[in-house]
Amino acid sequence: MMSANDTPGAAELLAAFTGDEADEETSRRLHARLVAAAAQTGILDVSYRTVDSPVGPLLLAATAEGLVRVAYAVEDHDAVLSQLAARISPRVLAAPARLERAAHELDEYFAGRRTGFDLPLDLRLSTGFRRLVLAALPGIAYGSTASYAAMAAAAGSPRAVRAVGTACATNPLPVVLPCHRVIKSDGTLGRYAGGEAAKQTLLALEGAA
Amino acid sequence: MSYEPFENIVARHGPTVLRVCRAVVGPAAAEDAWSETFLAALRAYPELPPGSNVEAWLVTIAHRKAIDQARAAARRAVPAGDLPDRPARDGLPGAGDAADDLRAALKKLPLRQRESVAYHYLADLPYAEVAAILGGTAEAARRAAADGIAALRKSYLHHDEEGRAS
Repeated sequence: MMSANDTPGAAELLAAFTGDEADEETSRRLHARLVAAAAQTGILDVSYRTVDSPVGPLLLAATAEGLVRVAYAVEDHDAVLSQLAARISPRVLAAPARLERAAHELDEYFAGRRTGFDLPLDLRLSTGFRRLVLAALPGIAYGSTASYAAMAAAAGSPRAVRAVGTACATNPLPVVLPCHRVIKSDGTLGRYAGGEAAKQTLLALEGAA
Repeated sequence: MSYEPFENIVARHGPTVLRVCRAVVGPAAAEDAWSETFLAALRAYPELPPGSNVEAWLVTIAHRKAIDQARAAARRAVPAGDLPDRPARDGLPGAGDAADDLRAALKKLPLRQRESVAYHYLADLPYAEVAAILGGTAEAARRAAADGIAALRKSYLHHDEEGRAS
């Protein structure tokens, strides 16, 4: 393969040009223009941003329908974005302004000024029984908890306790759909996608633990 | 099917494609060319076969966009290659005199030479890829790039000497 050195002196000659890197301001402007044009023509399939929180940086991702994914840092944000690219569409762009409302509501929640979320949600990453369980989660009031067994009963399958555990563990929208309020019947917290410490933090914030 | 988020493609290749656009269509039209290129790339991205040379793919799209731009300019009866010098509008606060001189010299090159130089030396594509984009053989692309570099060296160095003499 030819390299940039096959004409002696060419690299030096072009150095003035190749050193002409896009400055950050230009890159930001071009990126914003791409996001705007993509959204306008309906080909921005997944927008995302991150927000800081008491439980670490959270990745927020949305489709045209609504918020589709909230992910903890321990889930590996790059890996989550690759999963979204594979499962929804690879047309994925960082577009913080398109997640402004979700970020704002999460800020209010973590500041203790919000007890429920009022956001359009896209539940396409969850199907069947898991989706039924997720739909029942907002029924657990802020500041209270429910057992996995009670959630199984609420979802219409009292014996599906383990399946409720799986539904919670694979909740694509943690915090917003409060799977952290589902705990074991013996009062211990049980596992959580963001780690048990994050579950403890959220329940403490809500005054439930 | 491609599964890498498009954001990564923009981050990895955006700066190179901007340099190529600046070299081929000039700094004033480069941001429009870049934007059209990446919007078209985003549209086609889900169908990009795995293992594709993404940079060559992007430069191919940029090349077609540059042709479209030139045709549109011709329809508006603005002579191509006769763009006014507007260094203050380019938004390149870091660009020094050397970059300005090189741009002026690049602008004087025949289009084929300018494209060959940009695609090979700025995008680092092998001549086989450059030829696939421009048409013709790899050898012809290599010659066009070599002629371009020789002409650039001549006008650029000449300019440089004049600058020092005055």
